Amino acid sequence: MALRRLLQRSSINHISSRVLPSCIHSFCAAASPSEPIRATLFPGDGIGPEIAESVKQVFNAAGVPIEWEEHFVGDKVDPRTESLLTWESLESVRRNGVGLKGPMATPIGKGHRSLNLTLRKELGLYANVRPCYSLPGYKTRYDGVNLVTIRENTEGEYSGLEHQVVRGVVESLKIITRQASLRVAEYAFHYAKTNGRQRVSAIHKANIMRKTDGLFLKCCREVAEKYPEITYEEVIIDNCCMMLVKNPTLFDVLVMPNLYGDIISDLCAGLIGGLGLTPSCNIGEGGIALAEAVHGSAPDIAGKNLANPTALLLSSVMMLRHLKLSDKADRIHNAILSTIAEGNYRTVDLGGTSSTTDFTKAVCDHL
Amino acid sequence: MARRGLPLLRHILRDSAAAASAPPLLKALASAESRRSVTYMPRPGDGTPRAVTLIPGDGIGPLVTGAVRQVMEAMHAPVYFETYEVHGDMDTVPPEVIQSIRKNKVCLKGGLATPVGGGVSSLNVQLRKELDLYASLVHCFNLPGLPTRHQNVDIVVIRENTEGEYSGLEHEVVPGVVESLKVMTKFCSERIAKYAFEYAYLNNRKKVTAVHKANIMKLADGLFLESCREVATKYPGIKYNEIIVDNCCMQLVSKPEQFDVMVTPNLYGNLVANTAAGIAGGTGVMPGGNVGQDHAVFEQGASAGNVGNQKMVEKKKANPVALLLSSAMMLRHLQFPSFADRLETAVKLVILEGEYRTKDLGGDSTTQEVVDAVIAALD
Repeated sequence: MALRRLLQRSSINHISSRVLPSCIHSFCAAASPSEPIRATLFPGDGIGPEIAESVKQVFNAAGVPIEWEEHFVGDKVDPRTESLLTWESLESVRRNGVGLKGPMATPIGKGHRSLNLTLRKELGLYANVRPCYSLPGYKTRYDGVNLVTIRENTEGEYSGLEHQVVRGVVESLKIITRQASLRVAEYAFHYAKTNGRQRVSAIHKANIMRKTDGLFLKCCREVAEKYPEITYEEVIIDNCCMMLVKNPTLFDVLVMPNLYGDIISDLCAGLIGGLGLTPSCNIGEGGIALAEAVHGSAPDIAGKNLANPTALLLSSVMMLRHLKLSDKADRIHNAILSTIAEGNYRTVDLGGTSSTTDFTKAVCDHL
Repeated sequence: MARRGLPLLRHILRDSAAAASAPPLLKALASAESRRSVTYMPRPGDGTPRAVTLIPGDGIGPLVTGAVRQVMEAMHAPVYFETYEVHGDMDTVPPEVIQSIRKNKVCLKGGLATPVGGGVSSLNVQLRKELDLYASLVHCFNLPGLPTRHQNVDIVVIRENTEGEYSGLEHEVVPGVVESLKVMTKFCSERIAKYAFEYAYLNNRKKVTAVHKANIMKLADGLFLESCREVATKYPGIKYNEIIVDNCCMQLVSKPEQFDVMVTPNLYGNLVANTAAGIAGGTGVMPGGNVGQDHAVFEQGASAGNVGNQKMVEKKKANPVALLLSSAMMLRHLQFPSFADRLETAVKLVILEGEYRTKDLGGDSTTQEVVDAVIAALD
């Protein structure tokens, strides 16, 4: 009896450790604690390699069972992907199911797609999750911020479908589909439930854009019925902006279409101290998670050991939580927060004088 | 305008700190007399009362427009109101209202509620399209005495009001897929850019910032930017720069003092105006209006998409400051600058003293108490 149960359990482990790409409803890849998990790492440009190094050091110090597969952005356009990212890099992310991306500077020029667009389209990254919380010890004008913005990442106003009707008249299409709206609403409520959040607010402008945002709201309402324990509300976007700058503690989880999500998530990042401190994670079909740092590549301080690795570190913590390695995630998270709270080791952008390596060492010491 | 009131208030504060014996208010009023600007010489007959269309609207609208009416009467301002009832659930704006506005050229209005997701198109938008009020202006500034998280805010947001994302052209392609058209034309982009620069020129503003998302919407917002750049070359004395809308919102919450005049297309303008209003004190105090070639409609600057909740209406605790300041803007538009100055100074004094403030500003007064305080503060 016990032997059969043991055999059953080991076979389930064996199946679940492989990510099934056709299973749309699995949101998280399961982790088997014995073997190391492979994850793709895109260090990126500019300060990217330095902060990626920080992440690797902290993970080593914490004993996280992750094996990194590093991929770099080349300078030749790969015809299979029409961009500077190679097919191998994308395949690696698809295979591993998780990835971490540093800042990438899109070179100006024609003949290739933007790097972010390539990743998004090829990996089907449909939701961008950005938790924004006030970092204890780093004071901004806003205290007690603790919200998560979940933004639909594939359609909406950013479909890229524009054309000139006649000279001087341009039309741009905003597309909202039931499928994409349902998908992101499902993820939002699932995230709220698994992270113990009480309330989900859908942000819209359905009083003016009645059919498009109306469809988005309808989908959110449908999903809300399946989660009766989570409060659901709808907020018009201008009201939301105003409430965010007056009292950001009023919000918990925000779910929005593409354009509003872009603006609101950057606004929330501004509330807590900027893009240098904000983690972000993109969720794709089949449970793929690509955590990323949303700040720029800062070429002026590249290579000088001055960069702040906080954003990438917090994003890697999000990646660990997605992999269900919660205890490691919590340890690293607490180490980062206590390092910043103490204030002895802060990088230049936070008003301190430490270098990247000093800050990383301090985080490792706090583990 | 806000700028003219500031030296006066600084004088008041200095005086009230210095003189312990004499009541500071009297001292302030006395110094007001001595700080009067060089006089405005009207043409004979300019003092005949002007007719202004008044639309009380929904929700808190009737309450705050009533406040304006009371203050105007107390000042004996040369305006008289022709009131028309319009409510958000009507199908269209009644034609007699439009006729009245066309005749009077100036209108003061409370908010009109827009049903969410329903079959009726917003009456606010209809009114703007009908009268071709293509520029919406919101002035967001710190009121002295009102504590906010950000200081030194003085931003004017000029927003294109007729096209862009709010064209209302939507259709269902197949079940489950809906398309909405965002239309940008060179004609509208050019005229809003011209209005923004002309406003900056006439009001001694130093910088105009265009807000856009042209890295993603290359053709649509690219057209907007092109028009702004063209107009900028005609005003070499005014600095011009461009900022992407998400970066703009981030900068607004961290360093709002860098912005002066902002010109934006329709949707971004809505967001930026509400954000700027929020950081400078809230939608209850920001004045604004819509202006076109021939007509002007003054209303609360940024209303955050609502007309106040039922409780506020019942308890009569709506904030009349925004509409009072908008009516001061209207008086200036009608070329009655001294009445406008008096009204603004009175409102600012009431806010500065802090005794009569409504709930959104941290106090507990009713609308009527604030109005009485303003009337008492008029000189």
